[in-house]
Amino acid sequence: MSKIKELEDFATQVRRDILRQVHAVNSGHPGGSLGCTEFFTALYQGGVMEHKPEFNMDGNEEDLFFLSNGHISPVFYSVLARSGYFPVEELKTFRHIDSRLQGHPTTHEGLPGIRVASGSLGQGMSVALGAAQAKKLNQDDHLVFSLHGDGELQEGQNWEAIMYAAGNNVDNLIATVDLNGQQIDGSTETVLPMGNMKAKFEAFGWDVMEIEDGNNMQAVIDGLNEAKTRTGKGKPVCVLMTTVMGNGVDFMMHTHAWHGKAPNDEQLETALAQNPETLGDY
Amino acid sequence: MKIYTDTGKKDTRSGFGAGLTELGKTNPNVVALCADLIGSLKMQDFIDENPERFFQVGIAEANMMGMAAGLTIGGKIPFAGTFANFATGRVYDQIRQSIAYSGKNVKICASHSGVTLGEDGATHQILEDLGLMKMLPGMTVINTCDFNQTKAATIAVAEHDGPVYLRFGRPKVANFTPEDQKFEIGKAVQLYEGNDVTIIATGHLVWEAIQAAQQLSEKGISADVINIHTIKPLDEEAIINSVKKTGCVVTAEEHNYLGGLGESVARTLSENLPAPQEFVATQDTFGESGTPDQLMEKYGLNANAIIKATEKVLKRK
Repeated sequence: MSKIKELEDFATQVRRDILRQVHAVNSGHPGGSLGCTEFFTALYQGGVMEHKPEFNMDGNEEDLFFLSNGHISPVFYSVLARSGYFPVEELKTFRHIDSRLQGHPTTHEGLPGIRVASGSLGQGMSVALGAAQAKKLNQDDHLVFSLHGDGELQEGQNWEAIMYAAGNNVDNLIATVDLNGQQIDGSTETVLPMGNMKAKFEAFGWDVMEIEDGNNMQAVIDGLNEAKTRTGKGKPVCVLMTTVMGNGVDFMMHTHAWHGKAPNDEQLETALAQNPETLGDY
Repeated sequence: MKIYTDTGKKDTRSGFGAGLTELGKTNPNVVALCADLIGSLKMQDFIDENPERFFQVGIAEANMMGMAAGLTIGGKIPFAGTFANFATGRVYDQIRQSIAYSGKNVKICASHSGVTLGEDGATHQILEDLGLMKMLPGMTVINTCDFNQTKAATIAVAEHDGPVYLRFGRPKVANFTPEDQKFEIGKAVQLYEGNDVTIIATGHLVWEAIQAAQQLSEKGISADVINIHTIKPLDEEAIINSVKKTGCVVTAEEHNYLGGLGESVARTLSENLPAPQEFVATQDTFGESGTPDQLMEKYGLNANAIIKATEKVLKRK
């Protein structure tokens, strides 16, 4: 079996995990999670990120990842669990009382793989920047990755961070923006048009590249590997990654309707049928 | 009666700067961030000696707090400095999520707190910051009284693993605590022993409390005076033991009476030893322009105000 096929099978199982997690508690955010499944799979399984199997908060001598748009926790939890950070069985506790798998990711309950709480939007890039600067001070040449929603870039703190990163040559940071064009109240175009994102990042002094199909495994891996080659050259690297919200479940695609809504029993059955079990359900 | 000598007026922010400079020499993990207020925060010496360990973030406090959180990942101990107003209210959610809830070892260093910031006026004079910070789970809250104590506290918080809010100020005030003091987080400092009234003060009001106690002594009133530099965790034992002796308390702080030291003391006493209390604090108001002394007088934040409050609370015993 080719490596790409293996990764696609992994992603299919992650999609099942996402759907089953949110269905079980009738809450959570499947849309953005489904759209970023290839991205997370590429990072943690596709060899993009160099990461140690045992979790250590300081993360010295390994690449780090920060999820800024914390509401897509279902995909993060599934990929972390299936990458060995904690038992896959624990996905059953998503959003339950006394769980380490809080609605939005947190360090508070000590879940391995999480290095900062996120959920209140717009804060992750600053944290990633700080971690990237710490790596430079520690003469650790590993990279810092981060993920941000496109709607999330409406938060002003991002632009403070974007300005800082370029002005201070933080070139060990790869910030990916999930361009799915959707947010809770509708499309980003109707809620608050953000104009030309590429031009904006470039105007701030970033090296910007695009992944046109963020739901194509090969394209995502190639794109992120290309981004890695652009680090260490004086500029922070931005990856504008176009995805389809709800990808992999036909009735959830191309709409904001499933941003923060769980499928009912019947919808779950239909969605799972489109994503047959590959690695075994929890 | 013990004499506390002012060894020469100095600003508490310079105590912070001196402490940070010393940390620069002694602790290689200490890093500093500032949002375009290096001069005001007295950070230049640290920067000159450790340029690679300093991060000028510009006028962008939200990014500064997030970066400070990120710098802890990898083992750094970030000291993030700006005015108290911009170090708390402006960035409350960044502190809440990225620092406090995430349990990050960040030291938030807040200068120019309270009305003694002076002529810039109410936009910059925060009187709500102690309340904002003490409500955050896991946050240690410290408000120092003079140069020496601020220097000692700055050095001490580097050894404490967890988020700290360190509050100090702009004006030159009496420097009277020992230069070689050991600063113990959460441990009250007894300044006078007395039996009639407990006076609990923090920050710039501590010197005023000393002046008040001396004047009260001349009137035959013996005051038990406590310097509470750590608002949270509060030294409840010291407070309870004192009020057991005196039966009443005056709290004094350069902060709104809602949410400050006084309320923490009142909660402690109501749970353990209910007693009459008077609050020397601002009365749910914003500040205004003026000199520090004029403002302390107008807003009832000086020795005279403490004496009046004492006379009032004694009648309620």
